[in-house]
Amino acid sequence: MYVGAIFFPLLGACLAGFFGRWLGDRASMWVTVACMALAAACGLGAFVEVALNGLPGVVPIVTFIDVGGFEVSWALRYDTLSVVMVAMVTFISTLIHIYSVGYMSHDATVPRFFAYLSLFTFMMLMLVTADNLVQLFFGWEGVGLASYLLIGYWYEKESANRAAMKAFIVNRVGDLFFMLGLALTFWTFQSVEFAAIFAGVEAARGVTFLGMPALEVIGVLLFLGACGKSAQLGLHTWLPDAMEGPTPVSALIHAATMVTAGVFLMARMSPVMEYAPLALAIVTVVGATTAFVAATIGCVQNDIKRVIAYSTMSQLGYMFFAAGVGVYQAAIFHLFTHAFFKALLFLGAGSVIHAMSDEQDIRRMGGIWRKIPITYAMMWIGSLALAGVPFFAGYYSKDMVLEVAYAAHSGVGSYAFLMGLLAAFLTAFYSWRLIILTFHGAPRADHHVMEHVHESPPVMLIPLLVLAAGAVVTGFLFYPLFVGAQQEPFWNGAIYTAAHNHVLHDAHEVPAWVPLAPTVVGLAGIALAYALYMFAPGIPGQLAARFDGLYRFLLNKWYFDELYDAIFVRPAQYLARAFWKTGDARLIDGVPNGAADLAVQAARGAVRIQTGRVANYAFAMIIGLVLFVSLLLYGAR
Amino acid sequence: MNAAGFPILSLVTFLPLAGAFIILMVRGEEAVVARNARWTALWTSLITFALSLILWFRFDPSTADFQFVERAAWLPEFGVNYHMGVDGISVLFVLLSTLLTPICILASWESVQTRVRDYMVAFLVLESMMVGMFCALDFVVFYIFFEAVLIPMFLIIGVWGGARRVYAAFKFFLYTLAGSLLMLLAILAVWYHAGTTDIPTLMATAFPLAMQFWLFLAFFVSFAVKVPMWPVHTWLPDAHVEAPTAGSVILAGVLLKMGAYGFIRFSLPMLPQASADFAPLIFSLSVVAVVYTSLVALAQEDMKKLIAYSSVAHMGIVTLGIFTFTQQGLSGALFTMLSHGVVSGALFLCVGVLYDRVHSREIARYGGVAKIMPAYALIFMLFTMASVALPGTAGFPGELLVIVGAFKVNPWVALGAALGMILGAAYMLYLYRRVAFGRITRDDLRSLLDLSPREYAVFAPLILLTLWMGVYPSSFLSFFEASVANLIARHEAALGAARLAGM
Repeated sequence: MYVGAIFFPLLGACLAGFFGRWLGDRASMWVTVACMALAAACGLGAFVEVALNGLPGVVPIVTFIDVGGFEVSWALRYDTLSVVMVAMVTFISTLIHIYSVGYMSHDATVPRFFAYLSLFTFMMLMLVTADNLVQLFFGWEGVGLASYLLIGYWYEKESANRAAMKAFIVNRVGDLFFMLGLALTFWTFQSVEFAAIFAGVEAARGVTFLGMPALEVIGVLLFLGACGKSAQLGLHTWLPDAMEGPTPVSALIHAATMVTAGVFLMARMSPVMEYAPLALAIVTVVGATTAFVAATIGCVQNDIKRVIAYSTMSQLGYMFFAAGVGVYQAAIFHLFTHAFFKALLFLGAGSVIHAMSDEQDIRRMGGIWRKIPITYAMMWIGSLALAGVPFFAGYYSKDMVLEVAYAAHSGVGSYAFLMGLLAAFLTAFYSWRLIILTFHGAPRADHHVMEHVHESPPVMLIPLLVLAAGAVVTGFLFYPLFVGAQQEPFWNGAIYTAAHNHVLHDAHEVPAWVPLAPTVVGLAGIALAYALYMFAPGIPGQLAARFDGLYRFLLNKWYFDELYDAIFVRPAQYLARAFWKTGDARLIDGVPNGAADLAVQAARGAVRIQTGRVANYAFAMIIGLVLFVSLLLYGAR
Repeated sequence: MNAAGFPILSLVTFLPLAGAFIILMVRGEEAVVARNARWTALWTSLITFALSLILWFRFDPSTADFQFVERAAWLPEFGVNYHMGVDGISVLFVLLSTLLTPICILASWESVQTRVRDYMVAFLVLESMMVGMFCALDFVVFYIFFEAVLIPMFLIIGVWGGARRVYAAFKFFLYTLAGSLLMLLAILAVWYHAGTTDIPTLMATAFPLAMQFWLFLAFFVSFAVKVPMWPVHTWLPDAHVEAPTAGSVILAGVLLKMGAYGFIRFSLPMLPQASADFAPLIFSLSVVAVVYTSLVALAQEDMKKLIAYSSVAHMGIVTLGIFTFTQQGLSGALFTMLSHGVVSGALFLCVGVLYDRVHSREIARYGGVAKIMPAYALIFMLFTMASVALPGTAGFPGELLVIVGAFKVNPWVALGAALGMILGAAYMLYLYRRVAFGRITRDDLRSLLDLSPREYAVFAPLILLTLWMGVYPSSFLSFFEASVANLIARHEAALGAARLAGM
């Protein structure tokens, strides 16, 4: 069961990938779906066994590397933290596989798509069940590869190729820090296995590195690694572009699972992070800032998927600052509920795009809610959960995140709380802006498109309904286990809370207005969206014209891309040419070529014997031989 | 006499030479000769490979001693003997050489049509010299093989190469020869000092400090050119670009390893103090190599040149690892040498597949190849990813170990080496994107055929190795564990002794 949950997706990927041509499209689709369903069954079984019955364990497979004490094994670590992720990933991945059967049915290379999708799931599962940092890195890079392949799935599109490359390379920047963090971890703990690291934290507290506490440096390096994968401010630029991939991919990889790997890493390393207060403060500030910045950008984007992408980035910020104030449980809880409603939103968006003949610009939508009522209802449920409206899943988790930020009683905690509240307001606002522009008002598409607007087939709607159910009930159901009264036996030590950390406890005793505040600002955001887009649709345009600078600033995503282009990409290109044309060709080659010319000119008059190449060579050999023999003789004398 | 019961190393070394003689004997019509030469060469190299597999199974990885040792008196009055043997450091390179040769012969099956007989002879001679070099335990024997490798390679580039082959062949030859002359002087000095050229004996000989300094410099020049290290790397891109595909494979796969092998075999154990003193210089050159050549690779417009520059960058990782004097760094360097041999060889073969069909190495000439050659695109992707050291492929364990090892010595050096992770991804993905992705714009590309059975046979062993080395590197790392540990222990002991003597 433990092994099956991980390796069934790999089996599916291999079957579809290598034998897809013989199996045919339909067979390879359903083979992968069947493998995923099996994995999900195993995943749920493991969840019951490990998390609910409290029986964690490690399944060793084989030694990977063992060099001078640097010992790494392939092994599957099953504790509550990993099993929560395994169950969630396999479950949502199965739904998205099923959805893709409908969504990708007209594609030319269906087996390839399903192979990639299953490969991704396998890598993600390896990541979350890793029992050491190297295996985690294997999964970490593996999901990066799958993400690269899937973003660039339509490789005839230049924009898709560019986005895929950007995703991979920006992720690699994060990976560089991960790798350095890994190296430092090894030299601090003499091991990269989690069990050994966690046992050695106490002893490592006094270790310093370049004059700083080693634990702090490890924390910061790993966090920088997490920034790349989880699109935190600074390394976030790839995520919006990643929307070039097919929509099921955006739902699975760029919303529900892969991008949350960074949050998972923080939770996994909680025993180390707990003793790295400065690193945690950085996590909090970056997370909170990301939550806010992404929300501001989300308010002005016009591509339906990009709006949701920025909302993902913003929600990831929430998770990070929850981890940053030391309540990893809340971060994982939000990660868990977010997976359901964000996958729902993306798949709903996919259903809209499908209905609108591949139109993604919400300025060319509108007036379609009667034609696709189920999708419409699904988008409502997803948005309600995202905005944290009471009793939907997001309400429980987002409230919890904000409460712990408040309860941290620290400067950075208060900053996070403030940013979180502002972002909550903006989130509600842009969610309803999206709903209203997409579904309501006068139709802005041409009549050909409008005639073809149709509800999606059942194979796409059923996953939506299941996810919607999840978006409604997961918060309520799992609140007691993840962050409520039963959290301690539930986590069973998988997440470490230091003795000095009472934030989670305090969060249950905050003043009454704190839990209410997110709901109030959320409803206010919804109301503002209605006011601006439903009842007075002229105002947004006027606002944009009035505050042109601000509008452009937001529309261009705070000019991050332009900035990076100017300070990294262009100089690199310039240096590359300069090194090549000047450094190599002129300077380095100039010396021997010049010497050769000189020699040729000198030799031209004197030596006319050596004309052929072989003669030259023989000559050189002879000189060598002469030198050799004479010296040999000299020595023997 | 040794674990195999017969002089296996000499057999593996000289069997290809015997095959070459047989090919030379063949007379008759041009086409018949060509066919016979191909088959004879293939069978010779396959038998050699099968024979060398005995080394894999019979080698005892638990000891650092030389194994399968052979010894015969040659010039006893000068202390020069024919002495062969392998330890954990060299044994896998013997196997790498014997594996790549049949692959190269198979890869040249159709692409080489002129003077086939001579070509095959050159390749078999090359194999002989490479294997001999890795087995030699006598400095003079080593030097002869080390130099003799140049001759067939020079001919392969110069005769079967591209348009500027003569320039490239000469550049290749002169660069490496210039270095070798200094090495010859160094060998003479060593011999003069110790009275023998027996390598195991020399490893136990302590050289005076001042002498170590000069010896190191002489070796350094010779090996640095072979590696190649920045700034003496410019012969490599030219040689690669002009060499025929199989020539590039051997050049990248085995010949580039000779320099690094020299460092590990001679500089480190014989000149411990000088090695330690020069380490900072090597570090800086290595980091410069990684960053500089990665950037240059980014700007390339020729596929082979791009991969050639990437080789220089990878070799930077290798030299860096060697001079960390840590178990991780050295093992990582050795592993990177092996994986680079497989992966870069495979990448040159990938280029060769396209070159055979379109006769152009220009990147802009391609685009959208994935659409018509899906199997090729998959294989190319695998090796691209192995080249950027994706975990699960051959490139990763070595790079990881080198970075871990370097981090202990100096975190900033590790950071510099790790920059290669980003730049490597950039240039390789950029290459792949321009070649395989995009829309097909040229009509002649539409009619390309996907891989032939022969090409599958060429790639199959490399694919297998790439994944094997990536998923279960232990089976390779265990070979050099004992030898590396021994090397480092002796290195530290020697430094300790020198310190004591200094006080």
